[in-house]
Amino acid sequence: MAVKQIYLDNNSTTPCDPRVVEAMLPFFYQHPGNAASRSHPFGWEAEEAVDNARKQIADLINVDAKEIIFTSGATEADNLAIKGVFEMYARKGNHIITLTTEHKAVLDSCKKVEKMGGDVTYLEVEENGIVDLAKLEAAITDKTILVSIMWANNETGVIQPMKEIGDICAKHGVLFMSDATQAVGKIPTDPKEVGVHLMAFTGHKMYGPKGVGALFVNRKNPRVKVTAQMDGGGHERGMRSGTLNVPGIVGMGKAAELAKAEMHQDAERLSVLRDKLEAGFKERLEEVYVNGSVDHRMPHVTNISFKHVEGEGLMMTFNQNIAVSSGSACTSASLEPSYVLIALGLGDDLAHSSLRFSLGRFTTDEEIDFTLKAISEGVTHMRDLSPIWEMYKEGVDLESVEWSEH
Amino acid sequence: MAYSEKVLQHFKHPQNVGTMDKDQKNVGTGLVGAPECGDVMRLQIEVDEATGKIKDAKFKTFGCGSAIASSSLATEWLKGKSIDEAGAIDNMDIVEELALPPVKIHCSVLAEDAIKSAIKDYKEKNGLS
Repeated sequence: MAVKQIYLDNNSTTPCDPRVVEAMLPFFYQHPGNAASRSHPFGWEAEEAVDNARKQIADLINVDAKEIIFTSGATEADNLAIKGVFEMYARKGNHIITLTTEHKAVLDSCKKVEKMGGDVTYLEVEENGIVDLAKLEAAITDKTILVSIMWANNETGVIQPMKEIGDICAKHGVLFMSDATQAVGKIPTDPKEVGVHLMAFTGHKMYGPKGVGALFVNRKNPRVKVTAQMDGGGHERGMRSGTLNVPGIVGMGKAAELAKAEMHQDAERLSVLRDKLEAGFKERLEEVYVNGSVDHRMPHVTNISFKHVEGEGLMMTFNQNIAVSSGSACTSASLEPSYVLIALGLGDDLAHSSLRFSLGRFTTDEEIDFTLKAISEGVTHMRDLSPIWEMYKEGVDLESVEWSEH
Repeated sequence: MAYSEKVLQHFKHPQNVGTMDKDQKNVGTGLVGAPECGDVMRLQIEVDEATGKIKDAKFKTFGCGSAIASSSLATEWLKGKSIDEAGAIDNMDIVEELALPPVKIHCSVLAEDAIKSAIKDYKEKNGLS
């Protein structure tokens, strides 16, 4: 097989489906209008294209088109939801509950809210990455205005019990917001079915373009509003000002339409490949650990630790050919190991040894075979270089060693 | 992260990977770092008792490409040096040689620690100060 670059980092971003690019192109030059220009055909065309995309996206998640607010991405949508709810419902309360395993877009927005006088509870998760429902309910007070829990985790793929959380929130009259960036377009994500009132997601995780995302804001029972974080013109029902990214939105719409049609077969196909990858590593190597719940997770993700081998070093043995991510400290700008894996109780050493594989629409069976071979060889090579692998093989109890930390 | 050519070279062809008998009198073993930190280096030196010079050095490292390169380079430099010369190796020498970026400087510090730790072990075993 000709060696090409294999992309197994779809949780980081996905390539645009060629059909998406095709749909976008006319809106750069042939139909370049501003969707807010009411007075001429250029504007009307753009508005129509946006309306169409809005409908395609709403259909994907079974909501009304009026409930879709376009943003520059999921990060902005998370910011809008958290800060927007905090400001809008200030008279009702100031308490927000979220999880330690949320994306930074949620965690950092919560930190900002704390500086603005908010009170945030960051709940721990169980070892499988899932929130304990009793602990969640116990954390709710009469000042709680929002629960923010992601649908599927970006590092482990773990899926939270959304309906059960929705029921708890409904029972206590608390808004339920979800960062569904990793789930929308890949598994059925129906906010109204589970009781989610606000939902953030983006184009570039579902084979659409980067730079465009959306926030679902429930309009009926209850009618939810958010205070705009972007002011200037009152676009998107006053919730998010700024000229709409027409080509991007068209692309995201097309991506949503394709996802609705192809999501199930993609998921089926990819879960087989993912399982093959996991089983393959376990067969070829010792001391292989899968992180996070294997029962409640995305079909295309596996987060694996190869014990006694550091992630960045391991990646260097194959990253010219295969793209994945690692939870190792060495791969983060802050030199901290993955906080998500630490929250699962992994222990720093397993976090440093982890690789995240996120398969995608364009992943093939041959690529999985190549990956199994190349990475197994890489692990073996790195273990030959590893003093702690040698110690483990000699039967040394590494927990009892006095390391000279530094 | 763009690695320098030298780091890539050491990573692809690490020098002196291996294990010496740590109970041997003329072998000094340094084990630094911790699995929780994502960096563990074991560096060993074999000293020629007659000349007082390091005749062989071996390493094994759990860590990123820069950590492996730093320890591999260290073993290269150690061979043929006296104990005092070895102790004078400074982490910034490693940084310069491998063109390590700021975020990877700590890898060179660990390598320097490993050298000093191996020397200390050798001295203690041989009743030297």
